[in-house]
This record gives sequence, structure tokens and C-alpha cells, in this order.
Amino acid sequence: MNKEKQLQMYREMVLIRRLEKRGAELYQAGKIGGFMHLYIGQEAVSTGLVAARESRDRVITAYRDHGVALNCGISANEVMAELLGKATGMSKGKGGSMHMADPDKNMWGGHAIVGGHLPIASGMALGDQYAGNDNVTICMFGEGATNIGYFHEALNLAKIWGLRVLWVCENNGYGMGTAVERASAVSEIRQKAEGYGMKNSRVNGRDVLKVHDAAKEALDYVRTKSEPYLLEVETYRLRGHSMGDPERYRTQDEVLSRKENEPIRTFRKQLLAKKTATAKKLDEIEAKVDIEVQKSVEFAESSPEPAPEALWENVYVE
Amino acid sequence: MARITMREAISQALMEEMDRDPSVFIMGEEVGVWGGTYAVTKGFYDKYGPKRVKDTPIAENAIIGGAIGAAMVGQRPIAELMTINFAFSAMDYIVNQAPKLHYMFGGQIKVPMVIRAVGGGGRQLGATHSQTPDVVFAHFPGLKVVSPGTPEDAKGLLKSAIRSDDPIMFIENATMYQIRGEVPEGEYTTPIGVSKVQRSGTDVTIVTYAKGLELSMKAADQLAKEGIQVEIVDLRSLRPLDMGPVLASFKKTNRAVIVEEGWKSYGIGAEVSSRIYKEAFDYVDAPILRVAQKEVPLPYNHTLEQSALAQVPDIVAAVKEVMK
Repeated sequence: MNKEKQLQMYREMVLIRRLEKRGAELYQAGKIGGFMHLYIGQEAVSTGLVAARESRDRVITAYRDHGVALNCGISANEVMAELLGKATGMSKGKGGSMHMADPDKNMWGGHAIVGGHLPIASGMALGDQYAGNDNVTICMFGEGATNIGYFHEALNLAKIWGLRVLWVCENNGYGMGTAVERASAVSEIRQKAEGYGMKNSRVNGRDVLKVHDAAKEALDYVRTKSEPYLLEVETYRLRGHSMGDPERYRTQDEVLSRKENEPIRTFRKQLLAKKTATAKKLDEIEAKVDIEVQKSVEFAESSPEPAPEALWENVYVE
Repeated sequence: MARITMREAISQALMEEMDRDPSVFIMGEEVGVWGGTYAVTKGFYDKYGPKRVKDTPIAENAIIGGAIGAAMVGQRPIAELMTINFAFSAMDYIVNQAPKLHYMFGGQIKVPMVIRAVGGGGRQLGATHSQTPDVVFAHFPGLKVVSPGTPEDAKGLLKSAIRSDDPIMFIENATMYQIRGEVPEGEYTTPIGVSKVQRSGTDVTIVTYAKGLELSMKAADQLAKEGIQVEIVDLRSLRPLDMGPVLASFKKTNRAVIVEEGWKSYGIGAEVSSRIYKEAFDYVDAPILRVAQKEVPLPYNHTLEQSALAQVPDIVAAVKEVMK
């Protein structure tokens, strides 16, 4: 992979991290409402995946969606404005943290019912199969979503109809506060794909380059074979499930140990070790991201509230 | 005008729209090789092939969720639920996904999908297969709910539904597939969200739809022999609900009976009567009455089941009551 692309991925990971840190502050300050789920610690997953896709490939994810929204090219301004519920957010302030989408960038949301978007992903791939193209639908979900019926109906349909879906299970070890071992019959989620005769693999989600390469291989398989594929990505969420998480289910020692090899630090070390970039260059990227994030906050705070009549808009198309 | 059955009318609408628009396809349980469990799509598989007439697994979330996804990316799927009672297995998609996506993403996503679902009691199928839960779906903004009472409306409304960019629940009644009616020759559509006077009268307004229309027409014939002229307003769409013809009729008759097949509590009758009281209070000459299903799960036994369902004599009695 060329140097520019690697630095772009580094920039995206830092952008996700720093935008979310500002988001958390604004949430604490009462400027962001509702539920907000941070992606901090998992940035390598969406960054590696989106870097591996063709622009015509569709991405759909669950409610932990800020990261993938940014990876798909939605601006920091629009993400921050949506978090603040402003009219300038991509969903006009009607979706919020959990419902970010931009179909023009092939980011199809942001879906907040656990597992609910999986059959929809099969349907999107069905639509593309019907249209006769070879687009792939990349469907991201947590390991907690693999215990609900939707998962099984969606995988079954994708397999029997040969739908081009890359299922990406982000296994961060906890479905809210319930450890995977307590909630799932198998804790290695890729095994569930076996029951559907579906090709699968597992990759270290703390290493963005490994995620990228695994996704590239899986996407090639899905596209050329016209078969679904399940890629399990081992990852770890460094923050709570949502902003209101007392985190009684894990120890601070566990979280601290995971910070040692968290994905941004890991990638920075790799880039320096391979001399892909100097520390100065990476620091410059981070400084630019800080400015971008600061500007997004200023943009969002100065943006207008949705007009009162927006309440009645978009209930129906016609 | 041709005189055809409700089944033929629905079948014609599907075929005409599939011929007109290549993005329209059908998916559901036994819609293809079997020909549809109510024979509505008989012959479709041979004509259009497996690409456009898709037999699905018995998996309602995959059917409706899949149709939503296909609609989001530009197709026009018609998802068939073998019975409306199976809609509960896919409730998340019908009420919590399809009607929300356009609004929640600020208008960026459209879901041009039709869900065809057949309901109704009276066939000795027991409590879980005999329901008329139309009002449940009509509760949710973002969804449109249509339920025709004549072959003409079934064809015209279904064609409109397939062409609509909004998600639409199209509810049929299994005991009405054989009823016959005049249908215009050639191309026509019927607008969604427009009620219609199906029989003119001067004494009492009956507000109803679907199976209730069939029963109310029979009741009106009987009442006419006794000199009572009933006007029947067919809602046709439960959401959006068009009260215009209802209020115009009520302001003329000053009396109303609302007839629905489903349960009375929290039902169509409650909604419509509340709106009449609000909009035409000064015209009320008698309490508005409701005729509906008794508040029990439907039993298997034929006699018991029929006693639980609204019948023509119930409607006749209610009309006479408001005439007192």
C-alpha cells in the first residue's frame, strides 16, 4: 500500500478519536442528547474496511457509526452538526448520533435496533443482484447482534441467493455489559458462519493494515464468487458501551492493558518503524486534525436549529 | 367494464405493473412455484421467472427486511406475507424500520415497497391465524395502510401503491377473493388516502372498509326494504385517513354507524367517531355506534367463530338503534 493511503488512514483514525473525544465533552456539557456510543479503540476496523472497498460498495452499520461515517467521507462538520441536532447535520438533526447516513457516499446508516440492519443488508445486496451489478454490501455489526434471529435469517438468505454481502462482525467482547462468553454459544463468532456453509475468517482488529488486507481478500471473494463471507474482527472498545455506562462488568486493569496496544498507537509505531513517515509528519497530521475538529465544533455550534416546520417534513416522500 | 373477482383484480394489477416497470418484483413464501397460497400469483413464475417472482424461506424478517434493503437501493419490491398474522414476526421492519428511514435520515433514503398481507376471520383457522389487526399498522406515521373493499379499488389502489415512493401495507381479506365487481377496461389508478361513497343514502351514514363494506352493503339492501336509506362511505385507506366524504355524509344524515371486522377497542370506530364528534358536533342527532368483533381471540368452532364476528344483523340493529 502506498504511503499516501497509509497516512490517509492514520489521519482518519486520529480524526475519529479526536472528534469523539470532543463529542464526549459536549455530551457531558449537555449539548449532545440521547444515546451516544463511542468508537474509541475500534477505529482500525472501519478505517481498514472502508479503505479496502471500491467506492461503489455500500456500507451499512449499527449505532456505533461516527467512525464509519467519517471514513466514508462525510465531513467532520456534518457529523458534529448531527450530534448537536442541527439542521446542517447530514440527517438534518433528525437522526442524531445513531443515525448517520449519506447514500451518495454509499454510507447507508447508522441503524439502532440491534441486528435489525442485517436483513436490510441482504436486501441491498439483493437490489444490486437484481440490477445486475457486482457491488458488495459491507454490513458491520457487533458480536452481540449474532444472538438475535435477524442475524440468522439474513445470513441464510444471503447464502441461498448468492448475495454479495461482506458480513463484518466487530467482536469487542461485550454486548453492552454482557461478555461474549455469557451471551453466545460460541465466542469465536466466525463459527456461526459455518452453519450456513459460508466462508469466514478472523483478523486482529487492532492492526489496521491487517484489517485492510483481510477485507480486501474477502471483498474479492464476495465479488468474484457472488457469495457472502463473514469476517470476524477482534477488537476492543476503550470507552463504555454508551455515555451512560458505569462499567461494572470489567476492571480498570483490563481496560488499561488494552490501551497498551490500542490501534492508533500500534499504527503509529508501525509507520515509524517502517519509516513510512517521520514523527514530525504524524504530529503535523494530528495538529491538522485538531484544527478540523475545532472547526467542526464551531460550525455545529453556530449552525441553525431545524426550522419548526421540519417536524412535518420527510414523514412521506409524497 | 369487465366483471371480475377480487383475486383477478389484484393479480391484474401486479401483472400490469410488472410489465410496465422492470424494477418491480415479488418476493414471499410460495409466491412462485406454488403460485401463491391464495393463487393470486398463479402463472407469474412461468411468465416472469425466478428473478422476478422469488420464493423465500419461511422467514418474515428476511422477507420484509430484504424488501426494505432492495427498495433503498432503487428497486420496487412487493413483499407478500402469507397472512397478516405473520406480520408480527416482522413487526420491527413493518412499523419500526420501513416507516422511519425516510424521516430519520432527513429525507436521504426512500423505501418504495409494498407489503401485501391477507387477513380476516371466518375460516376456522383458530386464534393466531384469523386476525384483522389493520389498525395496529395504521397507528404508525410513515407507513401508509390501504385495504380495498371492491375489485375496482383493489386494482387501482394496488397499482398506485406499487408506484408510490413510500412504504405501503396493502391489506386483503381472504374471504373476499371470490367477490365480483365491475372493473374499468384499460389503464387506471385509484388515489391512496381518498375515501369514497359506495352507496348513496339520506338517513344514516355507515363508515367502513374492506370486509365491513361487503357486510354493510347487504345490510343496506335489507334496510332499504324497510324504508331506511343508508349512505356507505368506504375509507379504503386507513392512513392517511380521508374524513372529507365521512363528514359531508354525516352532516347530511346526522347519524353514523362504524363497521369494522377487527376488535372494537382502540379501533377504527374509536378514531372515526372521535373525529366526527370534533368536526361535526353540532350535527350529531344520536350517539355514534360501532359494530366490530367481540373481544375474544377467535375460536376454531364454526358457530362460535361466527358469533364473534360482526354480522349483517348486527349492522342492521345498530342502524335501527341510531334511527330511534
